[in-house]
Amino acid sequence: MTTPTAGPAATTGAVTNVVLAGLGGQGVIKASDILADAALRAGLDVKKSEIHGMSQRGGSVTSDVRFGAKVLSPMVPRGEADYLVVLASSEVEVTRPLLRPGGVLLSPDLVPDADLPNKRSLNVALLGALSQYLDLPVEAMLDAVKAALPERLHAVNERAFELGRSIGARADRSRP
Amino acid sequence: MERKLLSGDEAVALAAMHAGIALGTGYPGTPSTEILEAFSELGGRAQWAPNEKVALEVGLGAAFANARTLVTMKHVGLNVAADPLFTAAYTGVAGALIVVTADDPGMASSQNEQDNRRYAVAAGLPCVEPADSQEAYDFFFRAVEISGRWHLPVLFRMTTRVCHSKSVVIARDGAIAAPPATHFEHDISGRVMIPANARPAHRRLRAKLAEIAAWGEGPEAADLNRVEPGDRSVGIVTAGVSYLHAAEAAPGASFLKIGLVNPLPIELARAFAAGVERTVVIEEGDPVIADALRAAGIAIESKIEMFRFGELDVARARRILAGDTTPEPAPARGKPPELCPACPYHTVYAALQKHDCIVAGDIGCYTLGVLPPYRAMDTCVAMGASIGVGLGLRHVLPEAEARRVVSVIGDSTFVHSGISGLVEMAYNPPSTGHVVLILDNGTTAMTGQQEHPATGRTLDHLPTGKLSIEGLATAIGIGSVTVIDPYADPEGFERLLLDRLASSELSVIVARRPCILAAADIRKWEQQAAALRAQAPAQAAFDLPLEER
Repeated sequence: MTTPTAGPAATTGAVTNVVLAGLGGQGVIKASDILADAALRAGLDVKKSEIHGMSQRGGSVTSDVRFGAKVLSPMVPRGEADYLVVLASSEVEVTRPLLRPGGVLLSPDLVPDADLPNKRSLNVALLGALSQYLDLPVEAMLDAVKAALPERLHAVNERAFELGRSIGARADRSRP
Repeated sequence: MERKLLSGDEAVALAAMHAGIALGTGYPGTPSTEILEAFSELGGRAQWAPNEKVALEVGLGAAFANARTLVTMKHVGLNVAADPLFTAAYTGVAGALIVVTADDPGMASSQNEQDNRRYAVAAGLPCVEPADSQEAYDFFFRAVEISGRWHLPVLFRMTTRVCHSKSVVIARDGAIAAPPATHFEHDISGRVMIPANARPAHRRLRAKLAEIAAWGEGPEAADLNRVEPGDRSVGIVTAGVSYLHAAEAAPGASFLKIGLVNPLPIELARAFAAGVERTVVIEEGDPVIADALRAAGIAIESKIEMFRFGELDVARARRILAGDTTPEPAPARGKPPELCPACPYHTVYAALQKHDCIVAGDIGCYTLGVLPPYRAMDTCVAMGASIGVGLGLRHVLPEAEARRVVSVIGDSTFVHSGISGLVEMAYNPPSTGHVVLILDNGTTAMTGQQEHPATGRTLDHLPTGKLSIEGLATAIGIGSVTVIDPYADPEGFERLLLDRLASSELSVIVARRPCILAAADIRKWEQQAAALRAQAPAQAAFDLPLEER
C-alpha cells in the first residue's frame, strides 16, 4: 500500500480543508467527528463545524473539518475545500461549488455498494479513501474510528476503512 | 495537559462542572440543548423545566440560596424568560447565576434571528461572549466570577457556530471547585420588588454596571477584552466567532476582540481606534457594538446592511473590509428536511390537507407538515401560539371558515406554553367551539428526543411524576377530550376530526403514538423505570395517576 507524500493541501498553506456531505442519517457527522478526532490524535489544531438540528429529518447535511498548525474560522470558506467527501450522489452537484479548483472529490460511486461489508459503513469507507490523500497517520484514523463506534461495529468498519483505502490508493489523485 | 475536542456546548458543561455549578436547568432548544445533557453525563445535576421562564426562576431561587446555577435556552427562549430576567437584574443573586442564551444567526433551526445582546443592554446585565470552545470553557469561569463578585446574573451569549463547532480545549488542572455551601439569609428589601424596594434596586444595578464597565476597561479583564496590536492601517473591533472569521480574512491586522459585550469597553475602543488609520467593526447580527461606539463619538466603519442577515464567514469578513456590495453567490440548495417516512403524523397532515383545514401550527418536528406534499399549516409564530392564534381566527372568521380552524401543537410544546392557551379557550370559547390537536409522540422530538413533564421521566430518563395531558385538559374544563392513535387508525382519526369540527363543543384530540426515532429508547427507559419502581415500591404510588393514588 502506498502513502501519498503530499496531498493538495501542501499547495494551500498550513490548513487542510475537508467538507463532508450527505443526507441526514447517513453518518456525515459521525464521519466528520472521526476525521477531526484523528487530526487531534495526530497532535494538530482542529476545528469542525456543521449546522445540525434539522439533519435528523433526512435533509442535506454538510460538515466542515479543518486541521493544521493553527485553525481560525471553524468554517471552510466556499470554494476553498481541498477535499469534498460526498455520501449521497444527489448531493454531489449541490456541494461541488464548495471545492477549490483542483480540489479532490470523493463521491459515493467510488465504493460499490456490493463491496461494502455493511451499507451503513459507507462513511467510514470514504474516510479510508480520503486517508490516502492526507498526511494523518493511518493509525490515528483507525483509532478514531474505533473510539467513535461501539465495539461490535469495529471489525466491519475496519474492513470498510481498508476497502476505501485500497480504492483511494488506485484512484487518480491528481484530479477527481 | 490533555487536549479534548469539544463543542462549545460541551465546553460550557465541562466548565460548569469545574466551576462548582450545583444545578443546571433549562428547556431544550437548538443549539443550546447539549449543554445540560453533557453536564448531566459529566455527573452534574441537570434538569429540564417545562419552559425557560420556570427554568430561570428555579435557577434564581437556587442562586438566592448561595448556589451557583446555570440556566440554558435558545435565543427565543429568553423571550419567555424575559419577565423574571429583567427583575432578577434588580434583586441580584447571592451565589452565581449564569444564563446561557444560544442565538441562531442564519436561523439554522429557529423562527427568527434576534440578537440577544440587546437583552443584556435592556435588562442591564453583564454579557460575556466566547468565540470558540476554549473561550467557552475559560470565559464561563469569568462569568461565574463576575456573577459572584457583583451578585448579578450574567448572560452568556453563544451562537450556533460556537455551540456546535468542535475545537480543542485544554481544561484547567485541578480546577474543580466544590459547590459553595447553601444557606438562606433574609434580604427583604433586596429581593421583594415592591416599588419602594425596586427604586433603590435600580440605582444599585446601575452603580454595579458602572463598576463592571470600569473593570472591563482595565488589566483585570485583559483576557476578555483583548487588544492584539498588528498592522496600523486597519483595526478591527469584533466579538464572538466573527473574530475568527475576521482574523482569517485579515491576517496581520490590529484587533480589539471583545469578550465582555455588555457593558462595552468604550474607552479601550476609543484608544484602539485612535491608534489605527481605519477602524472596522465586524459583528454578526445587529450593529450592537457599532451603534454603541458611534454613540460614544468614535469614528468607525461598520458592516453594510446586507450582512445583518445570516451568519458571517471568512468571505463576508473580507467583503466587509473591502466594502464589497456585489451580490453573493447563492448558497447551495440541498434537500430540505421532511417528516420521517414512518412518522406517525403523516396520517394527521393527510386528513388536515384533505379537508382544507385552516391550521394554526406550532413549533416542533410537526412544523414540517407545512412542506410538500401536505402544506397543511397556515401559521407558526412562537411556542404555544397555535392555540391563541386558532382562537383568534375562530372568533372573527365567518362560521363556515371558522369551523375549519384547527390548532396543532406537540406534547412538549403544549406543556411549555400551550396550557394557558387551553385555559383561555375554556374561558373565552368561540361560538363555533374549537379543536385543539395535541400531537403526542412522547418526546421533545425536534431537538433530539428530550424528556418533558408528560413523559414521566427526568432529563436522565429516570421515572418521576407524569403529567396527564388529557387529565389536565379535562380539569381545565374542555368538554370533549379524546385520545387516539392516528397511525394505527387513520380512518378513525379522520372521522373523529370531522365530528369535532362539526360540533360547537370545545375539543381536545390527543393524537398519541411514539416518535419513530425515539420509540426504541422509550421502551428501554420504560423497562428501566419499571425495574426501579419494583426496587423501590414507595416510589410506585408517586408514579400512579392522581385518581389512583
